[in-house]
Amino acid sequence: MTETTSPPAASEAPAYPMTRSCPYRMPVGYEELRERGPLTKVTLYDGRQVWLVAGNEVGRTLFPDPRLSSNVLHPNFPFLAPRIAAQTQQRAAPPLVGVDDPEHGRQRRMVIPGFGIRRIAALRPEIERIAEGLVDDMIERGSPAELLSQYALPLPSAAICALLGVPYEDRGYFDERSRHVLSSAGEDEADRARTAFTEILTYLHDLIARKEKQPGDGLIDELIAHQLSEGSVDTHELAMVCSLLLVSGHETTSNMIALGTVTLLEHPEQLARVRADDTLLPGAVEELMRFTSIGDVLMRVAVEDIEIAGQTIRAGDGVAMSTMLMNRDPHAWDDPDTFDITRSSGRHVAFGYGIHQCIGQNLARAEMEIAFRTLFRRIPGLRVPVASDRLPLNAPYVLQGVAELPVEW
Amino acid sequence: MTGADVAITIATDRCIGAAMCALTAPEVFTQDDEGVSRLLPGAPVRAHDGRVREAVRACPVQAITVHDD
Ligand code: HEM
Ligand code: SF4
Repeated sequence: MTETTSPPAASEAPAYPMTRSCPYRMPVGYEELRERGPLTKVTLYDGRQVWLVAGNEVGRTLFPDPRLSSNVLHPNFPFLAPRIAAQTQQRAAPPLVGVDDPEHGRQRRMVIPGFGIRRIAALRPEIERIAEGLVDDMIERGSPAELLSQYALPLPSAAICALLGVPYEDRGYFDERSRHVLSSAGEDEADRARTAFTEILTYLHDLIARKEKQPGDGLIDELIAHQLSEGSVDTHELAMVCSLLLVSGHETTSNMIALGTVTLLEHPEQLARVRADDTLLPGAVEELMRFTSIGDVLMRVAVEDIEIAGQTIRAGDGVAMSTMLMNRDPHAWDDPDTFDITRSSGRHVAFGYGIHQCIGQNLARAEMEIAFRTLFRRIPGLRVPVASDRLPLNAPYVLQGVAELPVEW
Repeated sequence: MTGADVAITIATDRCIGAAMCALTAPEVFTQDDEGVSRLLPGAPVRAHDGRVREAVRACPVQAITVHDD
């Protein structure tokens, strides 16, 4: 697929996705994309043109529209990189995030009780203990440290394992494997990602079998006790759903904790305000989500014609939803490129919107609040010895964030 | 509009349990044990009109409807 039919002039449909040079600023080309309007076209790696949704209102109208499908097995489903296309074609569609209703609704209803606000509130003391323990270890080992592997990754990992009921001693196994699944970028890493996913799935099959004999008290145990025994789900689907929860619960929040730390440190006057007034923290977390938009590009395929914003998206067309452009739409926020923890960032779509909106968002919010509060309270002199545009970044077609975060104090 | 009595309905069959409503207007919305949105009994809807409207907007599947009297 290297030869494509007459690629359009770059100015008509720029190459996409675009690479960030600073981990929390827009890629250079986004300025132009934003000026072109809420719904334009871009060109993917394989020469295919897809729609780019950049406007907040248009995005919030399109996200819930059932004529846009998330089914990655649809023959016209667009992919952002050959690696992702290859990886997806080799296995079944991921549950929840890669299927449409009614299948999606059935799977989602099965797991939402585990992510309810009261459940998550009850988990907070445990997350606080985890965070304190990790900072203890970091201080004991001394400055310098690598924040991603010593704090940002193990924290959400321990939290999602506690929620699901994955034994504590098995955690290390996932930290490494879920990293490979979500953020590995290079060609040879594609194989590693596949292997890692298979290993996680196999582990969950085993865990479910063990738990059937000897129940514990996590979400997996509840799903076994209710859904599995009632026959509304089989072991394979249950293992698939749990692997997805486990993997998505790791890498997403860890990227936000690391990138959020960088962003706060580079805006010291705002960091000082959060430190002085704990009630500003939830708003600061929302603003970090809006500002960094780490899950920038969410792909869809149209299954019917859609008339919107004076254009027609045809059945079979690919659609790239840019959460970063929607979150920096000047029609939705004043000075959208300014980081301001006191703004009302409520309309951001950094957790998505529509039926697929992040199921783990309230867990993620709790983790981020606790992670930032604990880190900056315990290590007030924390600093990053490298300029943020010098930090190694993730590839543009996976979750955005820093690949490594050296810190000192 | 503030001060007018409003009635709220939630299409619980559509709700995906994101809890945006309970987060936006916690004095009006809550979640049941299944993770599905519910109205708090006797919620002071009238006083929090603005927040309720914000919750309607925040709901990712547009499951909340406000009926003005
Ligand atoms: C700050 C951290 C997080 C970010 C930025 C994030 C972002 C997102 C986004 C943008 C989507 C929508 C995908 C789409 O529409 O195609 C999503 C869905 C999802 N997220 Fe998160 N997420 C985070 C944390 C978590 C956590 C902690 C979990 C824990 C289990 C999780 C589990 C999921 C699942 C299962 C879905 C699919 C839901 C569905 O399709 O119904 N996420 N997330
Ligand atoms: S915001 Fe909408 S989807 Fe989310 S819990 Fe409330 S009613 Fe349900």
